[in-house]
Amino acid sequence: MTKAPVTRRSFIKITALAGGGMVVAFNVDDVFAQRAGGPGAGPGGPQAMAFVKFTPDGKVTIIGKNPEVGQGVKTELPMIIADELDVDWSSVVVEQADADQAKYGQQLAAGSFTTPQNWTPMRQVGAAVRQTILAAAAARWNVPVAELTTASGRVKHAASKRDAAYVDFAAEAAKLPVPALATVPLKEPKDYKIIGTPKMGVDTPSIVTGKPIFSIDFTLPGMLYAVYQKAPVFGAKVATANVDEIKKLSGVRDAFVLEGGTDLTTLLPGVAIVADSWYQANQARKQLKVTWADHPTKAQSSVGFQVKADELGKAALAQPQGPAPQGAPGWRKDGDVAAALTQPGVKTVEASYMYPFIPHAPLEPQNCAAQLKDGKLELWAPTQMPGPALGVAAGASGVPQNAITLHIMKTGGGFGRRLTNDFVAEASAIAKQMSPTPIKLLWTREDDMAHEFYRPAGYHYMKGGVDAQGKLIAWRDHHVTFGPPSGPQRYAGFSNINGAQEFPARFVQNYEFGDSIIGALGVPVGALRAPGSNAFSFVFQSFLDELAHAAGKDPMQFKLDVLASPAYPAPQGPGGGFNAERMIGVMKLVAEKSEWGKKKLPKGTAMGVAFQFSHQGYFAEVAQVTVDSQKRIKVDKVWVAGDIGSQVINPLHAENLVQGGVVDGISHMFQEITIVDGAAVQSNFNNNPLIRMSQAPPVEAHWVKSNNNPTGLGEPSLPPVLPAVANAIFAATGTRVRSMPLSKHGFRWA
Amino acid sequence: MPFTLNVNGKATTVDVPGDMPLLWVLRDVLNLKGTKFGCGIGQCGACTVHLRGRAVRSCSTPMSAVGNAAITTIEGLSANGNHPLQIAWQRLDVPQCGYCQSGQIMSAAALLATNPRPSDADINTAMNGNLCRCGTYVRIRAAIHEAARGPVRDTQTASARGAAE
Repeated sequence: MTKAPVTRRSFIKITALAGGGMVVAFNVDDVFAQRAGGPGAGPGGPQAMAFVKFTPDGKVTIIGKNPEVGQGVKTELPMIIADELDVDWSSVVVEQADADQAKYGQQLAAGSFTTPQNWTPMRQVGAAVRQTILAAAAARWNVPVAELTTASGRVKHAASKRDAAYVDFAAEAAKLPVPALATVPLKEPKDYKIIGTPKMGVDTPSIVTGKPIFSIDFTLPGMLYAVYQKAPVFGAKVATANVDEIKKLSGVRDAFVLEGGTDLTTLLPGVAIVADSWYQANQARKQLKVTWADHPTKAQSSVGFQVKADELGKAALAQPQGPAPQGAPGWRKDGDVAAALTQPGVKTVEASYMYPFIPHAPLEPQNCAAQLKDGKLELWAPTQMPGPALGVAAGASGVPQNAITLHIMKTGGGFGRRLTNDFVAEASAIAKQMSPTPIKLLWTREDDMAHEFYRPAGYHYMKGGVDAQGKLIAWRDHHVTFGPPSGPQRYAGFSNINGAQEFPARFVQNYEFGDSIIGALGVPVGALRAPGSNAFSFVFQSFLDELAHAAGKDPMQFKLDVLASPAYPAPQGPGGGFNAERMIGVMKLVAEKSEWGKKKLPKGTAMGVAFQFSHQGYFAEVAQVTVDSQKRIKVDKVWVAGDIGSQVINPLHAENLVQGGVVDGISHMFQEITIVDGAAVQSNFNNNPLIRMSQAPPVEAHWVKSNNNPTGLGEPSLPPVLPAVANAIFAATGTRVRSMPLSKHGFRWA
Repeated sequence: MPFTLNVNGKATTVDVPGDMPLLWVLRDVLNLKGTKFGCGIGQCGACTVHLRGRAVRSCSTPMSAVGNAAITTIEGLSANGNHPLQIAWQRLDVPQCGYCQSGQIMSAAALLATNPRPSDADINTAMNGNLCRCGTYVRIRAAIHEAARGPVRDTQTASARGAAE
């Protein structure tokens, strides 16, 4: 084995375990550092460490470092390590890591980042362990390392017919220098045995037998249960509360007001009730009488937002787009839309689009167990952002971060809701009050629906044109959103810049994107699965469809034509990494699989197509929709073609995620959180209906395997289904849907 | 007040208020955590259990309505996790987050008990009370069909094969 340099930032630490096993720890932050800023790199200086543990029983324990929220990473990342390590998947036991970013590197469930960030480092981790074990075997058997092979977690030397398990070399391997990860040779894809093969989720057997594996199931001896009542108007303070009466109720141990702050993402003012059982705490809550102080946002409403948006958006669209206001990011002006639209023979289309606030509503209500004892805080939290949760907990409890332990719990869905750790703040503050007794905070569904970080509503004022030959020549979007201007609300809660890069930016000569800000929003908003794209795709891919019809062209062909036009230089920033060839590939595949334009469909039935570049994934989708004379809708089927690179690491879960993303996207089309008097009107699944079995269509998923590193799948299949369905409704009925929910337009489920 | 419950074939006495929902008795008194809390108003089905063999929403079933009727939870659906639905759920790897799935399986088991070969329309009717926030409906439907017709010999899909390995 080559004595590769062991650098400060690249090492493997092997420790012999009592009983003959070994622990192998890898710091692989050098690999991440190379990727920082590259495609898929996450925020916050990525670095990571993984652990592999061999035990004499022949099992290999591999740590799953990121939170599992249903996206399958607890299975996928260990699959990658195990393949390069050359062990059988059946010998692998997966353990969930605790929150410790110094030890494991960045830990998050967000942005479909897990796959692109970990694909290379996890392979290198597996390969480096194998190399080190081979070196130990070569030394013991006194043979060249090149004569050794591995299979199923065993080292073999064919010439001398020797064969031993990895774990047998633990003691020697622990003393060896280890290769720099970047120098470790990796398998050729043709040699993969685990990557690219269908593997059942590691938790599936526990799920189907009802094992207590979710955060909500976790208990501690002597634990008390808490509920927390906040104001309907976000952030309003407690004026009075009858806590003395509440304290006298059956099972109640304590009731108290928490002052809270004004930051909507941490601890807000409220009243905590702590009881022997959660049922008792929640029963006592029915007797709770709170008066809330006045709050400056108590007059905000969805109706008011719409009126203001129309005023701002229509005024802006009536004028040529000017320069971006001071400090406004993400504006764009290529060419001159106003001039292009006055050319002879140009057909102009103008339209206003709108999407409402909607919740994430993961099915497991927010919860968190906490115990503050001897100056130390221990948390058991279903969070997508364990790192930031430590800071939030410190702020709410006064315990310094280095005295906080956070156990990452399996969550009943994330969808972006658990990127915000408000429930961790509440549990920490309640645990402080109840110290040293452990408590568990559990929200009701009503708490959750009323205190979401909603996908922000957005309003788009669109203008576009096609020339006499039906070519797209101009596109303008004036987006009206919420302040503060530097806040996260631009691009529907995702980032400040991507509106300017949304397709057809760079593929139409005259492209303008600008925005207006309604004012400071009193409603908490945040990233919802496929943030940005989940909203913009509906607007942009629907409006593209409008222009296709204005051009008198088949929408599939029109969209392919725009994709195939030469990309204009991007005077105001990069193209966002968008590769039109990859999108053309999935469009052609989805056209073929759906038999676009080849089937005679009955009256009231039609297909719609849309595509989206989202979270590094390329997805094209065709929806076939039937609308009857009563405006009852049935999505008959959805065809999906996706390109997430050269490997679909776990095709079994990948197909599930594609189907789920499509079903989730259709579900968005019937949801709305309405703001009245500064508060959310909808309270539960009876008035914010989610999609059900009878409404969910069959979804057929197909892949284009392209020569690119694999990217994530938590999000990108979702966005294009909304415009695909809306475009199909237009094709079937002639009614163009420009706002959601669909029920606003008289549509309902068949 | 005391109630003698018959849960998963075992008689258990609990002392709880008569209006306490069965869900919280199962989860927090009997420590059977497989039955889940999702909405509290019978809209999501995460809390589905069998009462006298029928699927009910335990979050909306007060103890006073239960009596000594037989209750089956996900923990008692089969002795070894080998109910045909539990096998099919694993073969097709139905879950994503998994939170709704015990309720889904209990609703599906009640369906198959009275209708061993359900149509798609039957499945819609029986399963519409169970929300899956991750949208695994496609696989839930497939798994119910598979459990109904027995193990699939012709594993055409790579997915199904892999799940069984």
